[in-house]
Amino acid sequence: MSGLQNLAYGFAQLFIVKTLLLMLGGVSVGLVIGSLPGLSATMGVALFLPITYWLSASDSLVFLGSLYMAAIYGGSFSAILLRTPGTPSNIGTTFDGYPMAKQGRGWEAILTATFASLYGALFGLIMFLIFAPMLARIALKFGPPEYFWLGIFGLTVISSLSRGNTLKGFIGGLIGVLLSTIGVAPVGGNVRFTFNMPQLIGGVGLIPALVGLFCIPQVIEMILNRSKQQLYQEAKVQRGLVRKTFVNVMKRQIDLLRASVIGFIIGVLPGAGGNIANLVAYSEAVRASKHPEKFGTGIPEGVIATEASNNAVVGGGFVPLMTLGVPGTPVDAILYGALLMQGLRPGVELFTTRADVVYTFIAGVILASLVMVPVGLAFGRGMAKLITKIPLSLLAPTILFLTMVGSYCVSNNISDVYMMLILGFLGFVLRKLGFEAGPITLGLILGPIIESGLVQGLLIGRQLTQPWLIFITRPLCWVFIVLSVFFLLWPVFLKKRIVVSGGEQK
Amino acid sequence: MKVRVLVVLFALLALTFVLAEKYPSKPITYVICFAPGGESDITARLQQPYLEKILGVPIVITYKEGGGGAVGWTELVTRAKPDGYTIYGTNLPHTILQPLQGGVGYKTEQINNIYFFQSTPCVLAVRIDSPINTFEDFVKYAKEKGVVTLGGSGQPSANSFATVRLAKLTGLNIVYVPFSGSGTAVPALLGGHVDGLMTYTTMAVQYRDKMKVIAVASEKRLPWFPDVPTFRELGIDLVEKAYRGVAVPPGTPEDVKRVLEAAVKEVNNNPEFVAKMEEMGFVIENYDEAASAKLVSELMAYYKELWEETKGK
Repeated sequence: MSGLQNLAYGFAQLFIVKTLLLMLGGVSVGLVIGSLPGLSATMGVALFLPITYWLSASDSLVFLGSLYMAAIYGGSFSAILLRTPGTPSNIGTTFDGYPMAKQGRGWEAILTATFASLYGALFGLIMFLIFAPMLARIALKFGPPEYFWLGIFGLTVISSLSRGNTLKGFIGGLIGVLLSTIGVAPVGGNVRFTFNMPQLIGGVGLIPALVGLFCIPQVIEMILNRSKQQLYQEAKVQRGLVRKTFVNVMKRQIDLLRASVIGFIIGVLPGAGGNIANLVAYSEAVRASKHPEKFGTGIPEGVIATEASNNAVVGGGFVPLMTLGVPGTPVDAILYGALLMQGLRPGVELFTTRADVVYTFIAGVILASLVMVPVGLAFGRGMAKLITKIPLSLLAPTILFLTMVGSYCVSNNISDVYMMLILGFLGFVLRKLGFEAGPITLGLILGPIIESGLVQGLLIGRQLTQPWLIFITRPLCWVFIVLSVFFLLWPVFLKKRIVVSGGEQK
Repeated sequence: MKVRVLVVLFALLALTFVLAEKYPSKPITYVICFAPGGESDITARLQQPYLEKILGVPIVITYKEGGGGAVGWTELVTRAKPDGYTIYGTNLPHTILQPLQGGVGYKTEQINNIYFFQSTPCVLAVRIDSPINTFEDFVKYAKEKGVVTLGGSGQPSANSFATVRLAKLTGLNIVYVPFSGSGTAVPALLGGHVDGLMTYTTMAVQYRDKMKVIAVASEKRLPWFPDVPTFRELGIDLVEKAYRGVAVPPGTPEDVKRVLEAAVKEVNNNPEFVAKMEEMGFVIENYDEAASAKLVSELMAYYKELWEETKGK
């Protein structure tokens, strides 16, 4: 009951003009940063961290939280309109969002992303309020062996992500895993595969890879084809479409719920975030669908899955942060730093002694998620119109410029820009050969998780007669082993089902 | 005519002196070689407002992460302008161990540290609900179990060397499990995946309701854990800490270095700053440029020996 009282107090706190303005500011900044390719939510929150000096603890958290939530949502705009995920959490949104835009349904895709994001955001935050302390204990059950299998399971998702050629999908995934091994080893600290170039010590950054692999091939195609027809048809802003799309999205309660639950659970696990959640949610949507072959051709279900899940991750990520003081995602790590600098120590103690701060924060982000809708729609509409109006001769260089700025900003490092450009051309060639960017980036994300899980697991396993036994003697591991096998064999099941249904039609 | 030229020249000279005197006259960039929100970032952020007040110019904190700090430190010695307007956060023993291991683009000696302002000693900690209460309990537990696992931050690092040395000095079979940071090792302890942590004071202070410290690797007992013995008191010669400091690019003018050195020192003497740092578990240290150089050369000899001893571990 006291939780509810605290929440009511939290909401009351928000209706102070200053707090409301901060929320609006956070949402606007987040939308801009999220929608620019290369500027991620992490960067946005880090960039605005110093502002919190002049703010109270709850004000600064409300601001940063609103920024975070809106950036994850804003990343869908560039995923839909430019086929470039604005943040790593929007990778999957390109799969169906962009084909929709190509068919002239860009506005519908943006609306779908908006309502799905709202649903996911509210779901994640409400689940946080109800289940936080309980879930935190479960998250701790995840040790290195479990993360190893989680990573393997993540890779098997490729089998339902890549239509057409599953083998090429897996090869792409392995290319990504190999790229992730460049630089300093996560365990042992050896410097590998840098060919004595100090520029490679930092490895292949996710943001430069994302921008390079998705955006550069797009720009090259744009220039080669010299027409925007290739890019997409003008997004027609129809009357009544807002209501229609809202109804269409909300009708898919099961899809929304599935995606949000996946996002929330992955968010709760420290070390896994929206970048993994959106792809797992997408593949689950494919698996559950009655018409899996339509995914990738531009259907709203694909956008719903990724956008609901990535916003649900936010609430999930707050669980270990607020209850254990363990930040699970890079953004949560910055929020942790912000809390420390305010003299607050995240953990159960924060919940009990400074419940006012926690509840004002959560209430603030809930409200920000609602504010996000009108602000986001206005912004998304403007962006869609702007991109269609700009002539190609201006659009292509502008995008190219933004990708370079984005890659540079990750760590103020020019080698990241070169890396991005090299990967861009590589990505273009690979795309021509039938290797998609999605599986490659997934491999890049999961590589370090698998590697540290494997090596740490083997070290911990020295207590057993055979170190590797640790990977098959823990119950949670088996959950992922079974899931992995099931996903791996999924294309085989699928073929059978199609054959069966084909037979029925005859 | 000659006089005029001389006057102009003199005026120009005077002007350059005035400009030189006026360091700093524009914002100073403070580069953190780790991710935002980490301990290096937090300490720099705590220094920031005081440095701004003392130096009278804005301090802009930027991040250049990658390679465990190596990306930033390589830039520090190869590309950064030595004009005092770009300063870098440095860490020990990282800047000693990375060049030892090889493959990075800088040498330890190239880093011009002007002040080490804080340290975090290593501590041995177990879960709060663990039956282990003292170091004797830990030894007994280790002997019964045969193999104990200790999590820690990074490898090679102060944590990893402290663990390896502890194993060597006690003869216990201790396996070190490296995590990608002090923070990521904490859930592994709380979830019972490792038996204990060889971590830093900051973690032990921040998670004091979740873990208990059974021995500290410092010269004397620490204020946060007055009842916990040092390893030396237990008959184990183990002192192991990580230091944080500020460095300038090689070739930075002397007077600029003195200004910065004095500024960092002044911040360290601010009781408000000290209180904030201690609240988070940092030990305030005062190593000026000369003392820093001495510290680095001492530690280099120490780690080189340790490195040779433990090669392949």
